[in-house]
Amino acid sequence: MATFQLEFVSPEKLLLSRPVEMAVLPAAEGEMGVLPGHAPMIVALRGGVISVREGGQDTEKLFVAGGFAEVTPTRVTILAEEATPVAQLSKADAERRIADCEKALAEATDATPEKREAAMARLLSARAMLAAAQAA
Amino acid sequence: MASLKALRMRINSVKSTRKITQAMKMVAAAKLRRAQNRAESARPYAERMERMLASLGAAVAGQPDAPRLLVGTGGDQVHLLVVVSGDRGLAGAFNTNVGRFARTRIRELETAGKTVKILAVGRKGATFLRREFGSRFVGEISFAGKKVVGFEDAAEVAAKITAMLEAGEYDVCALIYNRFRNVITQVPSEQQLIPAALPEADSDALEGPQALYEYEPAEDEILASLLPQNLAVQIYRSLLETNAGFYGSQMTAMDNATRNAGEMINKLTLNYNRTRQANITKELIEIISGAEAV
Repeated sequence: MATFQLEFVSPEKLLLSRPVEMAVLPAAEGEMGVLPGHAPMIVALRGGVISVREGGQDTEKLFVAGGFAEVTPTRVTILAEEATPVAQLSKADAERRIADCEKALAEATDATPEKREAAMARLLSARAMLAAAQAA
Repeated sequence: MASLKALRMRINSVKSTRKITQAMKMVAAAKLRRAQNRAESARPYAERMERMLASLGAAVAGQPDAPRLLVGTGGDQVHLLVVVSGDRGLAGAFNTNVGRFARTRIRELETAGKTVKILAVGRKGATFLRREFGSRFVGEISFAGKKVVGFEDAAEVAAKITAMLEAGEYDVCALIYNRFRNVITQVPSEQQLIPAALPEADSDALEGPQALYEYEPAEDEILASLLPQNLAVQIYRSLLETNAGFYGSQMTAMDNATRNAGEMINKLTLNYNRTRQANITKELIEIISGAEAV
């Protein structure tokens, strides 16, 4: 089956670069499956799980806390600060993160709308992390 | 002429200095390699970020409500200079160079009637500039004691800069740091951060015309979250280059120091041997003339 190059880059290093058949991205406006030959797009990602399909089966599930993806017909580049294999997610970690975010959101009541929105996005991403940890 | 004992002591002290500088050189060389690797592995992210920004910038450019991080406040009165230097010394002129460069820029700007604010990242540059421009300081950040400068640190600096922009504390922001050209050359240089100097969209790129990209969500929304990230990436790169440059510079400085110590030891040893021979000759003459007198 046709493949495309999936690249996973964090600010610190290139995490992954290999040909895959399909990737499902948690785009800001809903899950998005990408097959080879996809129209060029630039997407913002929310917190969620990226699943990778190779050889007819799902081989890898990675959790990202947010980021961006550039899609071209031959390549998908994901810019994210961290990517954790879903199996390595810990519930306790996710719960701690949710608690932190909720606190930050509560403190941000009188901040600018943009700041509140950013805090809310972080909280949603933390919740997605917990959901992913529970599903694993 | 100095006594034999004094000479011996000096030779020993220079020898131990040479041991120290040699060890420092070796440590710097090892750290340099690691710092260079880190700088290199950070490149793909910055490159891709740049590509996205180029195409986004082209799409949003000219819109009246473009984000402030991209177009600035429109003013040109208050300049914020972020000066990145090393946290430690003993690296030749590394920190002084960036400090001097910053000083020249500050004077230029002030002569032109602008207000200058300084955000010093790194301890050495801060000490250098505080003597003369202490009143312009708005902040000081140091990563001394940290083993590795991570992306979070850069993000922290970026957050500070963004917060200041939102508070309307400056109009233009520039980054001053030592660009790492190669191990022995670091060039102090200035890079404009706000308004963002967008890379030109490269329409000849293999990917085909950039304008064909679709955006989800809309361009300006992506841009709003991409720009702070880009700021952090730029700062992260300057931190990494400073780090690599620092070790490069330290290695060169320590290499010179080791060589100088070697030369010094040679000279002192020669001096020591001459003195020793002179003493022996003197004693011989005394014995012989004593024997003749009997």
